[in-house]
Amino acid sequence: MTDQNDDTTDAETGHPEMTAYRYPDGSVTYPGHPRGPDGEEPVGTVDLSEYTAEVVTWTTSTATPPGVRQPNHLAIVEFDVDGRPVRALGQLETGDIDIGDAVEPVHVEELRDPEAGIREPESQAWDGFRFRPVEE
Amino acid sequence: MDRVAIVGASMTPFGDREGEWLRDLLAEAGAECLDDAGVDADAVDHLYVSNMASGELEGQTGVPNMLAHDLAAQPAYTARIDQTSSSGGAGIYAAWQSVASGASETTLLVGGEKMTHKTTGEATDVIASLTHPVEYKHGVTLPSFAGLTARLYLDSYGAPRESLGKVAVKNHENGVDNPKAQFRKEVDLDTVLESPIVADPLRLYDFCPITDGSAALLFCPESVAREITDEYVVVSGVAGATDTHVVHERADPTTMRGVVESSEQAYEMADRAPEDVDFAELHDMFTILEFLQFEDLGFAEKGEGWKAIEEGRTERDGDLPINTSGGLKSKGHPLGASGVAQAVEVYEQLLGEAGDRQLDEPEVGLACNVGGFGNCVTTTILETPEAE
Repeated sequence: MTDQNDDTTDAETGHPEMTAYRYPDGSVTYPGHPRGPDGEEPVGTVDLSEYTAEVVTWTTSTATPPGVRQPNHLAIVEFDVDGRPVRALGQLETGDIDIGDAVEPVHVEELRDPEAGIREPESQAWDGFRFRPVEE
Repeated sequence: MDRVAIVGASMTPFGDREGEWLRDLLAEAGAECLDDAGVDADAVDHLYVSNMASGELEGQTGVPNMLAHDLAAQPAYTARIDQTSSSGGAGIYAAWQSVASGASETTLLVGGEKMTHKTTGEATDVIASLTHPVEYKHGVTLPSFAGLTARLYLDSYGAPRESLGKVAVKNHENGVDNPKAQFRKEVDLDTVLESPIVADPLRLYDFCPITDGSAALLFCPESVAREITDEYVVVSGVAGATDTHVVHERADPTTMRGVVESSEQAYEMADRAPEDVDFAELHDMFTILEFLQFEDLGFAEKGEGWKAIEEGRTERDGDLPINTSGGLKSKGHPLGASGVAQAVEVYEQLLGEAGDRQLDEPEVGLACNVGGFGNCVTTTILETPEAE
């Protein structure tokens, strides 16, 4: 099993993936955990970057920590994976957004400066997926 | 079973304590608490320090042993209780356990944090370091969780933005009468609603400040308390619980499961119900948290908590006063001290020692201390010994 703390890269294509984890009871979480909601180990993965999501709520943060863009537009979004809701939090490309809007994940090489904050830079990945509104 | 009593309480002035560091603050509160109880330091069997980040903020570790020496309390057993912003509540639970189990006859709990020497950005980052890697890399902060939740709450339940502002107005008004509060000035609603945006839709006055401070409580069996003093309170209920570490994995971001679970257990232990509570100190690190806890503690139906502030129920002369101390919003929020200071306010109210903010002979008070964005919670119910 891959590192459940981080997004991953497709071994064949080299494309970054927004990796959620599937458990025996059918539930899916992002990120993954050593044990899922049912107490069982994950049995598979889902690449959320292939899906669109709906904005559950959003904010624009103006008081950001060292190494974080200012302002920082953030959203909690919900994916529908085969009828299962899967939520994720991430940066937004724009603050021009509303609850219920459709968004798609877009890969970003570095979401914040790893050297500027309190967390050990080597302890986690710093690339990830920002959400972009989907043109209707 | 002998109930656990609190026989002493203290709190340093909260605010910018320039030139004073965690060691000074803890010793000030600890010594004052022992003096308040009339108990010598050598009687202390267990000494707990509630603190989130002394190493990260000040480069000082080994704090409990340091305090034991400064108070001449050795050879007391010591431990540091870290549960982020709910370290104080977790310390109350640990102190209660130590006495209730018989492991300790006298337990001193001192909570404290030194923060104001850091910039807002640095302090915010230390606090945000509690988040999961998939959250941290996006630059999420606790204030941004509050903004996300406030928008969803207002949208879901049709609450007016002004209702959040009225929480700030109320708690600032209460803080005026607390001589140890960081902010002792009233603010009007227009000032709150026109203050700079911090995490849309929340503005500067929706947030607590960065604070230095310490608070302490002394615990013992009720049978021992009766020998020491006529003025004590009992811990009738205390329980802690957790919610998901990853905030977005919660089915309903406007419900704090840790508050629901810990309060249900505390009510059961105390043989109490929400309607028995005369007043409460809630963890208003952000104004929206007062609504969420008010509902999740059973004081209102889901989505109805905002109506309490509109109807004046949570004012000091209302039927369920909330945050008579000024709350974290006005009193200040020195992380590890806050949960202890909440109980200090409840203790003083129950003993009639709350000065100008004194309520009319309350008998049952509740404190709800929240860590992270509801990640860890402790709910404590204190009562007068003769409460019915």
